[in-house]
This record gives sequence, structure tokens and C-alpha cells, in this order.
Amino acid sequence: MSAIGTETIEGFGPSGVTAQSTRDRLRAGSVGVLLAALASIPLVANDYWLNAVLIPFLIMSLTALGLNLLMGYAGQASLGSGGFMSVGAYATYNLLLRLPELPLPVSLLLGGIISGLVGVVAGLPSLRIKGFYLVASTLATQFLLEWLFNQYGWFSNYSTSSSISAPRLAFLGHDLSSPAGRYLLTLATVVVVTAVAARLVRSQTGRTWMAIRDMDTAASVIGIPVSAGKLKAFFVSSLVIGIAGALWAFAYLGTVDARSFNLDRSFQIMFAIIIGGMGSIRGNFLGAAFMIFLPIQLDHLGSGVFGGAVDPGQLENFQKALFGALIVWFLIKEPRGLAALLSRAWTQLVSRINR
Amino acid sequence: MSGPILQLRDVSLSFRGIKALNALSFEVACGEICALIGPNGAGKSSLLNIINGVYRADSGSVTFNGEQFIRIRPAHAAHLGVGRTFQHNALFRHLSVLDNVLAGLIRHSRTTLVEHAFGIGRDRRETREFNRWADEIIGFLDLTGHRDTVVGTLPYGVQKRVDLARALVGRPSLLLLDEPMAGMNQDEKSEMSRLILGTNARLGTTIVLIEHDMSVVMGLSHHVVVLDYGRKVGDGSPEQVRKNPDVIAAYLGTAH
Amino acid sequence: MSFFIETLVGGLLAGVMYSLVVIGFVLVFKASGVFNFAQGSMVLCAALTFVTLRDKGIDFWLAALITLAVMVLIAIAVERVVLRPLVNRPQITLFMATLGVSFVIEGLAQIVMGASVHELDLGIVDTPIEIGGVQVSQFDLVAAGTAGILVVALSIFFNRTRVGIALRAIADDPQAALSIGIRLQTLWQIVWGVAGFVSLVAGLLWGARQGVQFALTLVVLKALPVLIIGGFTSITGAIVGGLIVGAGDSLAEIYLGSLLGGSVSTWFSYVLAVAFLLVRPAGLFGEAPIERI
Repeated sequence: MSAIGTETIEGFGPSGVTAQSTRDRLRAGSVGVLLAALASIPLVANDYWLNAVLIPFLIMSLTALGLNLLMGYAGQASLGSGGFMSVGAYATYNLLLRLPELPLPVSLLLGGIISGLVGVVAGLPSLRIKGFYLVASTLATQFLLEWLFNQYGWFSNYSTSSSISAPRLAFLGHDLSSPAGRYLLTLATVVVVTAVAARLVRSQTGRTWMAIRDMDTAASVIGIPVSAGKLKAFFVSSLVIGIAGALWAFAYLGTVDARSFNLDRSFQIMFAIIIGGMGSIRGNFLGAAFMIFLPIQLDHLGSGVFGGAVDPGQLENFQKALFGALIVWFLIKEPRGLAALLSRAWTQLVSRINR
Repeated sequence: MSGPILQLRDVSLSFRGIKALNALSFEVACGEICALIGPNGAGKSSLLNIINGVYRADSGSVTFNGEQFIRIRPAHAAHLGVGRTFQHNALFRHLSVLDNVLAGLIRHSRTTLVEHAFGIGRDRRETREFNRWADEIIGFLDLTGHRDTVVGTLPYGVQKRVDLARALVGRPSLLLLDEPMAGMNQDEKSEMSRLILGTNARLGTTIVLIEHDMSVVMGLSHHVVVLDYGRKVGDGSPEQVRKNPDVIAAYLGTAH
Repeated sequence: MSFFIETLVGGLLAGVMYSLVVIGFVLVFKASGVFNFAQGSMVLCAALTFVTLRDKGIDFWLAALITLAVMVLIAIAVERVVLRPLVNRPQITLFMATLGVSFVIEGLAQIVMGASVHELDLGIVDTPIEIGGVQVSQFDLVAAGTAGILVVALSIFFNRTRVGIALRAIADDPQAALSIGIRLQTLWQIVWGVAGFVSLVAGLLWGARQGVQFALTLVVLKALPVLIIGGFTSITGAIVGGLIVGAGDSLAEIYLGSLLGGSVSTWFSYVLAVAFLLVRPAGLFGEAPIERI
């Protein structure tokens, strides 16, 4: 048995980068309808739905997208996502605090870029090591960042409590601090970032990443810049995760708290892409939906069916075991996740209708 | 055929004390097809790995196109114009044939991450250009019918041709083929031979190949180098090598 | 100076505790190439089962025996249900699967046996004794002794018994071993069983030291740097890696921690491990594979 993981991660979504133009147009149309529907949700949904369900779902999708670029497309596994979220959150917080004249989108983007640069540094070991050795080194990043933000008060503006309240969110004179405002801010960010990411993975950069993922030795032999490709993947991935971290702090929690970006968060994000589908853009949304809705459903089940007789701690244990079992099930039965499962179901449905 | 494009001088390599190559020297002339033959474990693949930088030689030197080195990074070798196919399947198996071939062009890319992300600047023109080059090679190697198929699902013989297309699309001046016909039937072999000869004749690519089938080697190559246990035991035209008693003893006599 | 030595010795002995967990990793990795993240939850599960049985008034040795049986059953179940269907899949997939397994074990163990903190008394007195002017924890000495015995026993097992020799053959060349009729799956089950036993020993010692609680699973996160420094395939490496991490951690806590103004133990061993990785990717005692293309 080889001691160093030489294989790539398996299980990826539809891989053809090109030649799907008719399907593309169809897809673009349905995406447009979906967007219109999503944008009009605040007209009908109540604050609970926006605050507790839709906003975290969208942000979780964005973090999943970030990790998926790195892990699903470029084949570099990471458990540092929580850490990168915290870099984005603290960087954006300090930008809003110290440079209040910057417009909100600029602060968000700069926060993301700072997170991306930290990601590049964290990705340096990937030039020498692979597989779970790399996972271990991303754990080093995770723990170091957690410690850093707890340790040094400058990052949280010497706030006495461990959590600090977020500055007011506003853009072009519009106050965005209402649930609907925060939802629209999140939605707009997620849409823009997803559109760019979807373009990126179909470009030369995406091809470079997938080549590294599928067979890195061959990639370097045919002249693909493997090291640069890996570092770019770390940069873009951490940038996206950083923006998601800032949104998590400002648009969801309303506070910057290092504890909400701990290792459990990193696990959760990795689970979201395993369940949703690695190497698939759609998979991120499916996986995130799963991670957000399942616990809510279980809570309802716990309090509804069993009339609150179930101890919440037990429910949490059950949820944990269930997620673990699902991870194992997906890895064994469908390594390409819900995305592949759904597209297969769709093809079957279409063929049945046509018959 | 002019002067040597590739010269190896006293190249040695060992793994954990076991000598894979022992003070090996030979030359490959520009424009020729040179076959490396020898029994399994003779060090043929290791030799290719040294030429394009996957392994580092313990001693000796390699001169390619007048540039001398002991250790070269694989990416640098590719940039100098060394192309390579692999003995075991080393394609990007989740990608389509077209994407595999396009990957062979990445080293010629002049565009940046930002251009890719937003589809701005030179990105669109380069994409069009690369697609045209890739389609040309795909046509040349009779792969048009498989253009958009994921390579992992293709039959083995076709995958070998995709590997060749991926190496060829970047227009290398030296092409290393590691057992391009392994596992093929007679028809596939003659088809592959035709493609290799065509590449050599039409594109002027110098080719170094490893092959076990002697009839293929004799029909294809201008120059044959015979290895046995990391040493060179024969070097010359196919006719000279066929008559060399050392070669017959070391290889032809035992293997066939 | 004596403070330095005391810190060092304390760290070294704590490091041996990590080694105890790491040995379980190494066994499984050697035999099946799986990085078993669930080893930490197996430690928790063993300790929890044992304490629950003891609380019910079951005799010490009987409880140990039942726990061992439970652990071996879990190990065999994991091998059958999870690893067998994943044979020939990339290592990182197997790693993620064991991550899933660890969640299942943790969740189920706490559903069945509760999540409250249990005391675990092994009857080892923990009054520090003085050796050559240095205060040493008796408990740590016992733990170190146990680790030593375990290592010797496992070495004998691997070098002298038929099963051990077959295992080494498999680690060397799985295909060749299979072709001469070694039954891979039986061997894997044996190894996973032994790993279950090792987690029982580790669970008892860690449980007695920290109390049996969920935090025991965090031991796995401490064990990872040890594994990386020592190499994934060497039991000697597990011990040496444990000593390095233990000593490094406690010295860094005292000297580096005061410099940076805070606890550095959460990340220090990881940074140390990454530094080792960059210099020696296969670990101190591991062997780097030759990449063939």
C-alpha cells in the first residue's frame, strides 16, 4: 500500500466542458425563471423563513461552491473552510469598520480577496503533498486561524465579548438590515458568484483543475502548470468561502463570532458537497438544502410527532448518526451525489413520458 | 535526417539500490523513428521518465535540442517540445475527448484567470483557436465520432489514440510513446502504426517509442536501441540489430 | 532547568498517550491502506461501553471482555458494511467514509449510553512521585508502561505469527499476496479487531484521565500530527511521533505560549507536523512510494 495518497478524488458531475449549447439555452431559461421566483420570495415569505431557512441555505450553498471548486474540480481536499469563512468575516468587518467610505460590495469583495490570499498561503503545502496529508495541513490552517481571531483583539476591535455586532448594512442609500434586505443582498451575491464560477469551471482554468484532479503526473508531463493551477484553486475557493463567511456574519448571524467558524463548520461544508455532488455547480445548492432542511425537519418531527418528548440532545445525536450514515451511503452508492441522482431520475422520467 | 535532437550520455538510475539504468548512452537523430526494445524491467519506461523529467537520473546528462540537463521539471520538458504518451492509462478520465486534447494546449495559453472568469480580453479568441487546433488533431487521428464522449467510457484502443492526440496537439518536436500498441489487436496495431508513420511524415515529429511486437518495430522504425537490465546491448538499424548476436541472446532468443 | 526537565518529561509521557491511539491507526493503515478517522470515536465508544457496564455493577474483567467483544463487532461491521464496498476506490474517499463512520458511532454511542460525563476509576493512584529530582505522574508512567507492553506484543504478533507475516506480505504487495492465497478479507477483519482492542486500551486510559465524555473523540485530532510525523506505516514511528508531539506541545505551551500571549496547544503540533511533511512527506519512519507512470 502506498503511504502517500497518489489518487485523485473520484465522483464528479457532468464533465464535458463544451458542446452543450442547446442544453445551455434551455438551462439559461429555467435559471432565469428560478431567479425571478427567488427575487420575489420576500413578497410572500415571512421573516422566519427568510432568517432561519433561506438566508443560511443560500450562504451554505456559496461555501459549498467554494469548497467544491477546490475539492470537486481541482481535487484538493480541505478541512479549512471554517477558517477561510472567518478570514472573510473578520476582514470584511475591519474594512467596514476602518474604511466606512467603501461601498458594501467592494468591502465584501476585498474581504474575499484577503481570504483568497490566505488560502494561497494555506495551499502552499499542496505543492508537495496530496490526499489526507493535505487534509491534515488544512487542519493546521483551521486551528491556527481559530486561535488567531480568538487571541488578538485587534481583529474584533477589542470587543470585550467574544462576539461583536455587525455594522449596519447599506448600499446606495438603501438600508439592507431588514430580513428582506439581507436576503436580497445574499441572493444577489450568490447569483453573481455562481455565474462567474460556472463560467470559470468551463474555461481553460477549469480544465486545468480537472486535469490536475484526474491525473496530476500526466498533467505536468503534458505541460499543464500544476503548481500554479493548485494555488489558483486555493485562491478562488478561499475567496468564495471568504465572501460566504462575511455574509454568514453580517447577513445571517448579525455578529462576527469565531466559534461559528470552527471545525464542525468545515465538516458540515465538506458533507454538503459529498451529499450534493462533487464537481457539480448544482450539487452545491442541493447539498446545502439538505444540510439546512434536514435538521429543521427533524426538529419538527421531534416536537410534532413525539410531542416534544424527545430530548433535543438525543435528536442531535440522531441527526449526527444520520448524516454519517448518509455520507457513507452516498460515497458507496452515488459518489456524484444528489446532483447525479436527480439528473438520472429526470432522464428516466423524460423517457417514460416520451414512451 | 540531420543531427541528433536527443543525446543521452552515461545516464544511470537506481531505486533503493536496484540499478534500473546503467551508464546508458545513445543518440536520436532529428526526424527519425527510434524504437526502444528489451525485456520487461529493462528500464525502458524509466528512460522515458528521465527524458521528460518525471525521474531524476543519478548521474549522466541528457541533451535535447542543444540544451543539456541532468534534471528537468516535466512542465519545462513539455515547453521545450517533448511530448509523451503513457503505458498505463493516464488520461483525464472524467473529461471528454475534446477536453483531454484541449488540455494538451494549456501550455500554449496566454490568457489569465481573470480573463477566464469573466470571458473578457483574449479568452474568447484563444478558445476558438484552441478548439480549431484540437478538432484538427481529432480529425487527423480519426476521433471525430468520439469528440464529446467522456474518455473513461471509451474502449482501450480508442483511449490510446486520445492519448496520442493529447500529446500531438501541442506540436512537440520530440514525441515519446510508451507502448502505444499494448493490448491492441492486429487491426488496431496496423491502424496505430499508420498514424505514427503519418505523424512522422506529415508533421516531421521525431519519435521515440517503446514496443514489444517485433514485426511492428521492424516495420516502423529507422533506428532501434536494445536494452537489457539497464544496459544497452544493441544500437543500429533494424537489420543490424536483428543480426546482432548479443541482442538475440538477451532478448529475441528468450522472449519469443 | 529542573522546570524544563519536568515539562519535558510530562510532555513525553503525555505523548505516549497519543501513541496509544496512533497505534490503532497504523495497524489499520498498514493492512488496508485506510486512514481510519473513526479511531477516535472507537476510543470514545470503548470507554463509554466499559463505564456503562461498570455502572451497572459488572465486574471489571467481565466488563472489559464484553467491551472488547463490542469493539471487535463494530470493527468487523465497519469492515463489511463500509470498506468492502469501497475497495479499489481512492484513499481520500475511504478517508471521508471513515469520517462518516465516526459520526455514526459517536451519534449512536451517545443515543444508547447517554452523553453525560462519567468517572472512570482504574484504581491507579495518581500521586506524583519523584524520580531523580523530577516530579512524575504515576498515572502517566502506567500509561507509558502499557503502551510499551502493547508495542512489544504487537511486534511479536506481526513478526512471529502466521497472521502477522501474511499481513506484512499484504502491506508489501497486495496482488502478490492475494495470488498466493492469502485471504485478504479475513485478515482485514483480524486487523480491525486488533484495532478495536487497541482502542479499548486507549479508551480506558484516556477515560480514566479525562473522564469519559464526548471530548475523548478530540484525541483523534491530536493523534493526526503524531501519525504524520511518525509515518503512517510504522509502530515505532507512532511512539517516536507521540514523544515528539507530546514534548513539543508542552514545551511550546510554556515557552512559545508566553511569547504569543496565549494557549498555542490547539495548533502547535499541526504546524510541527506540516513542517515535517514538507521535509519528509512520508514521515520519519514511513517509506515514500515510487510513482510509476
